[in-house]
This record gives sequence, C-alpha cells and structure tokens, in this order.
Amino acid sequence: MANDTKFRNRQFKSVGTRPPRPDGLDKVTGRAKFGADTFAPGQLIGLVLRSPHAHAEIKRIDTSKAEKLNGVKAVITSKDLPDLTNGDRDLYDTLENCMARDRALYDGHAVAAVAAIDAPTARKALKLIRVTYKLLPHVTDVDEAMKPNAPLVQPRVYTRGVSPKPKSPSNVAKVSEFGHGDVEAGFKAADVVVEKSYKTEQAHQGYIEPHACLASVGPDGHGELWVTTQGHFIYRNTCASLLGMEVAKLKVTSSEIGGGFGGKTHVWMEPIALALSRKANRPVKLEMTRDEVFRSTGPTSSTSIDVKIGVKKNGKITAASAHLRYQDGAFPGIWAMLGAMTAYACYDLKNVKTVGYDVLVNRPKVAAYRAPSAPMAAFAIESTINEVAAEIGMDPVDFRIKNAAKEGTKSSYGPTYGPIGIGPTLAAVKKHPHMRAKLEKNQGRGMACGFWFNFGGETCTDLNIGVDGTVTLTVGTIDVGGARASLSLIAAEELGIPYESVKCNITDTGSLGHNDMTDGSRGTFSSGMSTIFAARNAIEELCQRAADTWEISVKDVVWDDGKATAKGKKHKKLKPLSLDELAGGSPNTGGPIAGHSQIVADGAGVSFASHICDIEVDPETSATKVVRYTVVQDAGKAIHPDYVEGQFQGGAAQGIGWALNEEYIYDENGRLQNPGFLDYRVPVCSDLPFIDTQILEIPNPNHPYGIRGVGETSIVPPLAAIGNALSDVAGVRMTHVPMSPPRIRKAIKENQA
Amino acid sequence: MAGTFVSTKINGDQTEFVCQAGETLLEVLRNRLGLTGSKEGCGTGDCGACSVTLDGRLVCSCLVLGVEAQGRKVNTIEGLADGDALHPLQSNFIKHAALQCGICTPGFLIASKALLDRNPNPTDEEIRFALAGNLCRCTGYDKIVRAVKATAKDLRKK
Amino acid sequence: MLKVCLSGPLKAAADGAASVSISAVTIRELLRELIEQYPGMQNQLDDGIAVSVNGQIFRDKWSEEIPEGAEVFLLPRIQGG
Repeated sequence: MANDTKFRNRQFKSVGTRPPRPDGLDKVTGRAKFGADTFAPGQLIGLVLRSPHAHAEIKRIDTSKAEKLNGVKAVITSKDLPDLTNGDRDLYDTLENCMARDRALYDGHAVAAVAAIDAPTARKALKLIRVTYKLLPHVTDVDEAMKPNAPLVQPRVYTRGVSPKPKSPSNVAKVSEFGHGDVEAGFKAADVVVEKSYKTEQAHQGYIEPHACLASVGPDGHGELWVTTQGHFIYRNTCASLLGMEVAKLKVTSSEIGGGFGGKTHVWMEPIALALSRKANRPVKLEMTRDEVFRSTGPTSSTSIDVKIGVKKNGKITAASAHLRYQDGAFPGIWAMLGAMTAYACYDLKNVKTVGYDVLVNRPKVAAYRAPSAPMAAFAIESTINEVAAEIGMDPVDFRIKNAAKEGTKSSYGPTYGPIGIGPTLAAVKKHPHMRAKLEKNQGRGMACGFWFNFGGETCTDLNIGVDGTVTLTVGTIDVGGARASLSLIAAEELGIPYESVKCNITDTGSLGHNDMTDGSRGTFSSGMSTIFAARNAIEELCQRAADTWEISVKDVVWDDGKATAKGKKHKKLKPLSLDELAGGSPNTGGPIAGHSQIVADGAGVSFASHICDIEVDPETSATKVVRYTVVQDAGKAIHPDYVEGQFQGGAAQGIGWALNEEYIYDENGRLQNPGFLDYRVPVCSDLPFIDTQILEIPNPNHPYGIRGVGETSIVPPLAAIGNALSDVAGVRMTHVPMSPPRIRKAIKENQA
Repeated sequence: MAGTFVSTKINGDQTEFVCQAGETLLEVLRNRLGLTGSKEGCGTGDCGACSVTLDGRLVCSCLVLGVEAQGRKVNTIEGLADGDALHPLQSNFIKHAALQCGICTPGFLIASKALLDRNPNPTDEEIRFALAGNLCRCTGYDKIVRAVKATAKDLRKK
Repeated sequence: MLKVCLSGPLKAAADGAASVSISAVTIRELLRELIEQYPGMQNQLDDGIAVSVNGQIFRDKWSEEIPEGAEVFLLPRIQGG
C-alpha cells in the first residue's frame, strides 16, 4: 500500500536521532554556494534604479545617456516588460511591483534597470537615467489609509468581500469575516468585558543573505536562472509567465538559501535580471544591496487591532471579537484575512467574530513572514486574555487551560479540530520549572500561546539506488535549515539502512516534477511524506528483484531491516538478500532500481505553541533584557530533534526582536529612514539568553510518521509573551509593538500621571 | 581609471591582484580572487558575514579597502581547516547544529577563532559579547554559543 | 447531500449565506457544483480556495473523496512563510 498517509505508531531506528547534516562540511568551510556565489563567463552586472518617492506619477524616463555609456549593454524600463498577464490580477500586481509602469507606489519601487560590464559602470549608468516624477499625495499608516479622504493607492482596486459590490475604488482591498454564534448575546451574558486597542509596526524577515541571481536568456527563448529562493519551481512559473517564456525552457537552479522566512517566496528583481539578460544576450548577475532588501522586497504588515472579550466570573469566555486592520503595501494581499482566521484559534468559543481589513498604503508589497499575520493578532488577543484573567482574579495559565480548544472544538475560523496540541503545551507550561523560578528586582514574567496552519502541497521525489547499494534521494523542496538530514533519516528508516548510506540532493526544475515552495512549515512534512512513498515504491521493486533472483513469487517476499527475506517454510533455505546485493545484481534483474513519488501532500495538521518569558527593565533607561525564555511546541514527530529545536529557537529570537526593537520608520515624505541593520535592530548574540525548548509529540493522524510542521509557529507567541512580561514589570499594559525603551518610558509616565 | 597593484598573503599564500581604489577587500576576495566564503550581508559593517582577520585582527572586510591588504596577512574561512583536518570550531558547529541556513557561519567561525585565540577560557557572557558583531537570523545564537563553549573546552584539553 | 459551510469572504460571495447544500462525492465535484449554483464564487475560486473536510485542510487534492455527513468548510487559500 504505497500511498497510505495514515499515522502508524512504530519504533524508529533512525528517525529521532541526531546525526551530522550532509551539507554541514560545505557550510563550515565556505564552499557552499549561495545566490551571489556563482559567476558566468562574459557576465554583466545588473543594477536597479528605484523611486525615492512614496507616490509619484512617472511622466518620463530618459535612458538615452545611460544607453550611450561605454560598457552598458542593456537598459530596461517597464516597456521591456509588456503585460502578458492576460487578466490575472495577482500576476499583474507582481509585474507592476517588479517594475513601476505609470506610477511609483513606494520609496524603493523599481523604475528602470541597467546591465553593464562591471559594477562601477552600472552605477554610473543609473545616475545618467533621467526620471521625471510628478509627486502625488501619499499615505503610509493603515488607519490613515482607511479614512475617506486618504490618497488612493490603486484606482483599480475595489473592496472585495462586501455586499453589494462597491461603485468606487478604495484603499480597503478586502474585508474578511470569520466566526460563529452570537457575540452580542455573548457580551450581554458576560460578567466582565474588556476592550483594548493595539498597534504593531512593520518588520522585515531580516535574512542575512540579500536576494541575488544569475540570469542567462538566449534569443531562442531558452534560459537559465540561478537564484536564492524558497521555491525555484514557483519562481520558474512566475518568471516564465511574466517574460512570455515556456516553463520547460526556463531551468531554475536554486542556490543554498541564506534565510527566507517567507521573504523569498515571491519574485522581486528576478524578472528584471532575466529581461536584462534577454535584451543584452549575455548572462546578468543581479545582487540586491541591504538597502534595497529593506525598501524593495516584502516586509510584513503593520497593524491596528481592536479586541473585545467577555467573560463570566467563573472564567469561561462568553464572547470574543476582533477588528483587525493590516496594511498590504501597495498591492492587495490576504494578510488581514489570515490575522482574522488565526486570532482566536487557540480557544474554544461559543460566540466569536473577527473582521479583517486588508488596506493599501504607499509601502512595499507585503510578503509572508513566518506564520504570516498570526504574531500581531496573537499579540492583541493574548495581551487582552491576560487583562481579562486579571480582572476576574484568575491565573493566566489556568484561564487559558479553561478556555483552550481541544479535539472536537469548532475553531474560530470554521472547521472542527482533530487531535491538537494546545492543551498539552499549556499543561507543560504550567508544570515547567521556569514558571516557579525566582524573579529578581525589575524583572517580570509573561506567557502566551500561539497557533499556525501547516500545509502540504505538490511534491515530487526520486529515490535512486546506486550499484553499491547507497541511495540518492532527489527532492525539489528547498532546504532552509537542515531538512536534508531529516529526509535522509526518513529514507534510511524506510529502507532499513544506515543514515550514512543516503545522500539527499535538491535538484533543479529540469530534473523533477513540480514542487511547491518551502513555506507553511511544509518542507519536512511534504518531502518527508513523498520520501516515504518513494522508498516504499523502491521497496516494491527490490522485492520483485529478489523474487526474480530466487525464482519465487513476489508474494512470498518481505522487506525488513534492509533486506529482502523469503517467507514461508518452503523457502527456509533461501538466505536474505541485502540492499547492496540486490543493487549489485540489478543489471541482470531489470536494470536500475528506483522509486518515485509525485503527490499532493494534503491534510497537514495545525500547530500550537506556548512560550514563557522573563524580562528585565532598567528603571532609569527602560532598556530591556530577556533573561529567560522557554518554548513548548508540538512537533508531531521530531525527525531530527536538533533541527526542530533550532526552529523553535530561531522563531522565538525573531519574535523577541520584533517585540522589542524592530520597526520600519518612515518620515513625513513616506521615505524609509532605517533600511540597514544598524538602525533596524535585530537581536544580537549578547541580547539573548539560552532559549530552552520542550518538544511535545502528539502525532498527526494524517502523516505516516505523525509529522507536524514546526518551522513557523514559534514566532507567534513571543510578541504577546513579552508584552505580558513587560506589562507585569512596568505595571501598565503595553499596546504598541515594538515595545522599545521610549515606548516603555512613555507608557510608564502616562500611567503615573 | 588605472588600478592599483597589490601584493599580499591570503591564507598563507602569496597573492597578487589589481583593484580600483574604491574597491573593498570583500569585493576583491569574492569577485577577483574567487574566494566566495566571505559573504556580503549588508555592505556597511553591521552584520559580520564578511568577517576576516587582517594581521590577526578581526575586521569586516566590507569596511577595508582592497589596497589596504598590501603587505599584510589576510585570513578567510577558506584557510580555517588545515588540509583535510577541520578546525575544532568547524567540527563543533556541525556537531552542535550551530547552523541552519549557514550564510552567517563563515563569519561566526572567523570571529569565534579570533575570540579563542586571545581568550581560551571565555565565559558565556564573554562569548556573547565577542560575537555581538555577527548577526544570525536562524538560530537565536543558542547552539552557536554552545559550540564555541565546547570548542574552548576541547582546545584547552589539548 | 453535503452541508457546506462558508467562511470569510466566501460567505459574502454566496450572498451572505453561512452554508449551502451541495451534492458531491469529491472536492472537484463540490467546487464544480458550487460555481454552477453561485457563479459569483468564481472570483473567490480564482483567488484561491481551500476545503476543510472533517477538520483536515485540503488545498490542492481535488480528487479527495468527501465521506457522507462530513463537516465541510470552504476557506480562502492560505499561504505560509
């Protein structure tokens, strides 16, 4: 039964161990090749000219002087990227975001690009391009953009999700409502109702590797693209569509990826590199500067959220609602919708209503950032949950346990839950020694829980057995953090061979069927599932080869512990055949032995986590320091525990940075003031303590090994856990993220007044 | 504009190149010498991904000009292993899973070695502050600090 | 006959109905019948749709069979990071 996705409990031999990863050596010696680490003979250097204005009509672009400069081989504007989108709204948005057409929509929006023989020439060429702008009024704040007289960002956008259909365009791109029951009645029945409003500022995924690619397109319509990406098949499809190329003729190879977190699931300058290469008929290498990464890729939304929760004195929530306003940048997205879906997902509620507003502003096009939209909603809800618990004098953990969702709960976004981990993570937090550790002076403690979806998706895997019995596992899911080790463990487990006998490779788009990108915590889940099926497919073939070798029926052959065994008394004399032996004999039993799997891995579970944080605040400066942090999260089954811990710790660290320091700062002209790591302050080594992790394993019933995705959920609780810890020590509810020292001082002062 | 001829020692090897006055050492290493182990994460000395040592001193190579390498000793990630023997830092980073995507790893290894060369028995705090000039976005630094601690212990045993 | 519950913007596309009755065996059939009954849903389908069957979310596997009496929820297609 090759494709049985049901979880079956078993003792694992390889899965759950901690061997060294196969790509480790290359990464510690500097040999691993990332996006900018390749060169092509005759390559040109590409650079992009970007609008310094938040909102402006592009009246004219004069590229004549740049084109004449010695060493410049191609100059392009939107004229070189004709509209081939055929009415596909999302694709047109991507096209317009890659390069402005008639208007620049944000500070950093690309307006032209050059390819030249070297970087100094390309820089000179950019300076020679004359763009005539007519400045337009702009808006960068989500609440300001919703006001009736706000400057209109996209005249072609009419609000979706409202009835009747609106007659005039709006900055509100979409309204999404979720929930069930009767919140009005629920609030009336409450003993206590708490209402509060929150704001979170814009943050960036902050991957250390800027976007980079090497594009090579010929006049025959064939092309190659080397690129750092979370999804090379997706990039191929999008680039081919935008450039009018045929998918099979564009081969995309992914480099090693130096961090993505959702920011590399969308094309930014890759179509520009391809267009430059096509025009110049030479390879073009295009690397983004850090400045460009902040201004011109896809940060996450800034938000404005109102929360209302009603509760009975016994601790049962009677009604919960939220009004969530997220900015999508200059192009419509699903971000507020996701916030509205995830906001109350941790809770068992009879009456719940969330409404999300996706709003356009003159900022870069928002992209996913690790559990997109959930951290902000969790900040607002989990902060209010603590307020409500305090109002009725109940312990915040007990309050959550009393109202936690469980198997059979109708989720706040609709479907009923199967077995889930929120209860177990809360129980683990309650028992955890961290909760009883002594707090020093000026220290406070907070906890919070969080939810995120997991996805499956299209996955295609090949498993080939070499003549010496070692195994090549070929996958198309990008490895962002060590998945090659996990996938090798899974293949080793299925085949019953040592981990060291398996080599996992990520291949290019020309060598496998479509694979969705590594997002949605789907990497190990989907490719793991596909690896299991490819291995089982190979095992069927191996058994057949053994049967042929022994000249018996394949029905009498079983595969166990790396060997084919003939079962039954009549075959007692037949010695088992190992994988090596079968591989060695393969030329005469039918040729190469391989397994293949092409699936849509679906039915991924959902993921829950609870975090505890201790924070210290300097009474004079309001400087903060996280002194202790604990992550408890359900992984279903931890294939390689080191890397599961790594995901927990990494997500927590990003959440801590976002909670305390990270924000986009715009001036009154709508220009980004801090597009660099000096003033966009991500956590450094001395900011953080060791991050303790506890992996729970509540098997996902829809995966053969019970795997749940783990990559994203750990970024969801930190904003709220820190908010609750800070509010504890500061004596006032913190409502504005990041909760930087100036904001803490202001909150304390206002509270004292 | 005519370039400048530079003669220097990189990872112990005598090396010569021509570069423009405004080129950084990082650009020279990567684009002229093919030593792509040092990475550009920011170009402004804020992330440490380009860390190398210059006459034994830890520097961001994006803040050093190529011409400044004249007559000096440059050590990059490519020179950390001794032939096929990994430096204990390198083996411990793999053993302790101190890397996820790996882009910051060369910088961290160079910076960690610079620390252990001058302080063979650092406290956790000393490790954290010595590495505060290297950004990692994947790991939260936990396993990196553990790997450096373990290496300090291993080296002291020798 | 399946009771198909609608969430979010899908509700608005079905004139505000919280649930609709559809006869279907697979997800593919379900979506086909849905568009026939509510042509206004085509926009939502183009934007991307996910189907929850007894709590399991399916984004792409349209051949998946829907058991009799299953809880079926239509959700907008979600993306991760």
